Amino acid sequence: MRVIDDVLAFVLGGLGSRVFGAMWPNVFIALVTLVKIACIVAPLMLSMAYLTLLERKIIGWMQARLGPNRVGPFGLAQPFADGLKLLFKEIVIPSGADKWVFLAAPVFAIAPALAAWAVVPFDDGLVLADVNAGLLTLMAITSIGVYGVVLAGWSSNSRYAFLGGMRSAAQLISYEVAMGLALIVVVMVSNSLNLGDIVRSQGKGLFANAGFSVLSWNWLPLFPVFIVYLVSIVAETNRAPFDMAEGESEIIGFHLEYSGLAFALFYMAEYASMILCSTLAALLFLGGWLSPFGFLPDGFHWLLVKVFVILTGFLWIRATFPRYRYDQVMRLGWKVFIPITLLWTLVVGAWMMSPWSVWK
Amino acid sequence: MASVKDVFKSLTLGELVSGLTVTARALFAPKTTVLYPEEKTPRSPRFRGMHALRRHPDGTERCVGCKLCEAACPAAAITIEIAPNERGERKTTRYEIDMNKCIFCGFCVEACPVDAIVETRFHEYCVESRAGLVWTKDRLLDNGARREEEIARDLARDMKYR
Repeated sequence: MRVIDDVLAFVLGGLGSRVFGAMWPNVFIALVTLVKIACIVAPLMLSMAYLTLLERKIIGWMQARLGPNRVGPFGLAQPFADGLKLLFKEIVIPSGADKWVFLAAPVFAIAPALAAWAVVPFDDGLVLADVNAGLLTLMAITSIGVYGVVLAGWSSNSRYAFLGGMRSAAQLISYEVAMGLALIVVVMVSNSLNLGDIVRSQGKGLFANAGFSVLSWNWLPLFPVFIVYLVSIVAETNRAPFDMAEGESEIIGFHLEYSGLAFALFYMAEYASMILCSTLAALLFLGGWLSPFGFLPDGFHWLLVKVFVILTGFLWIRATFPRYRYDQVMRLGWKVFIPITLLWTLVVGAWMMSPWSVWK
Repeated sequence: MASVKDVFKSLTLGELVSGLTVTARALFAPKTTVLYPEEKTPRSPRFRGMHALRRHPDGTERCVGCKLCEAACPAAAITIEIAPNERGERKTTRYEIDMNKCIFCGFCVEACPVDAIVETRFHEYCVESRAGLVWTKDRLLDNGARREEEIARDLARDMKYR
């Protein structure tokens, strides 16, 4: 990140101060930030595209099929073919729909999933905005995604979409509670809301000192919370088996009336939040960029590996489990996950106060 | 007591894990997809695909114009006109199969006393107009000439059951 600052200052420094005068430092910061955003969003878009291909491949393999392999070598151009197809399709706006809200809803869905990357650290110090309360900021931003769902359901002027929107909104809010409680436990043990500090705190401890950092990460002492968090993010991103929002075979969801690029935005939002939530899981529970064993160097590649493993888990789960019934989804959220996380919050609190605390 | 046991059993996620192992095994299992244009499934010697008219090894047509196939055809897809040739033999001047009507029952093949009309393994003959589905004598003879070896082999393999 610092490299970008230096390179841009070197390339544009002389010209910029002549054109903008005293304004230049402010303009420079805006310019640098834009470049950094592009550096984060462009690879993200690409990985979103290839996540769809990976999903189709893995689900295909698990069903004794081959998956897409016609477009380009091994089907590698398939995501672009899909994108191009959606690009050329007509965006049908239903009669009686609230046109502007209808078109704004997909933006509400995808914008938070992209904006939240601002506070995500990719390596030690490699973060766009090193906010003190990074985790809180992230939760606040991603919560806006619910508005996309509600507005899409409301503005479509369709009963199916409306009911689907209500359903999805209720689901998202319920699982956000369980997810938030799981995060509270993580914040308790790492004593910080800054994502970088949370990762760094996982690099300390009995096992880390013995060279087995992998056993010091939060997933082991907070195992039940880790599982709850993993299941919650599946529900939070509307993925199978909690894909009530899509429910293409029986209860169609909030984006029923969307087509073309507007639909593609919802689709991208789903994959963007999948990647975001997986990254968050890797940072909070799997030690982010830390290497699992003492003799291997830390680095960005470890984060990539961890995110890839969690994303593959998403696809694996989708290929395995049938969709939950809606009341079962709500029962799981409210009557199982919230009590478990509350209980574990108490247990961890008592554990931290006891002489056997591992987080001192 | 049993329900308490069930609760703890479900909390271990044992059943979910066993489900996941099934799909994980399938991930590495051999795939059954046949990449159609490049790979093809094996076809039976009795496959009922595109018709063909055969010739004798000396190049004369096998068909004697008996019209048994025309009579046997339940879909009335075959049209035959006959006339004596220059050597005074009874031969067809017109032999057409209308594939808009044909149901691939194979009765024409069974009816033929001289093994002149046969059905080959060839089935990739899609066309873009209905007129293209009326196969003339020339096309049928051409198909026979192209696949004579395969047709003879298939007939020989099937002979003991006839």
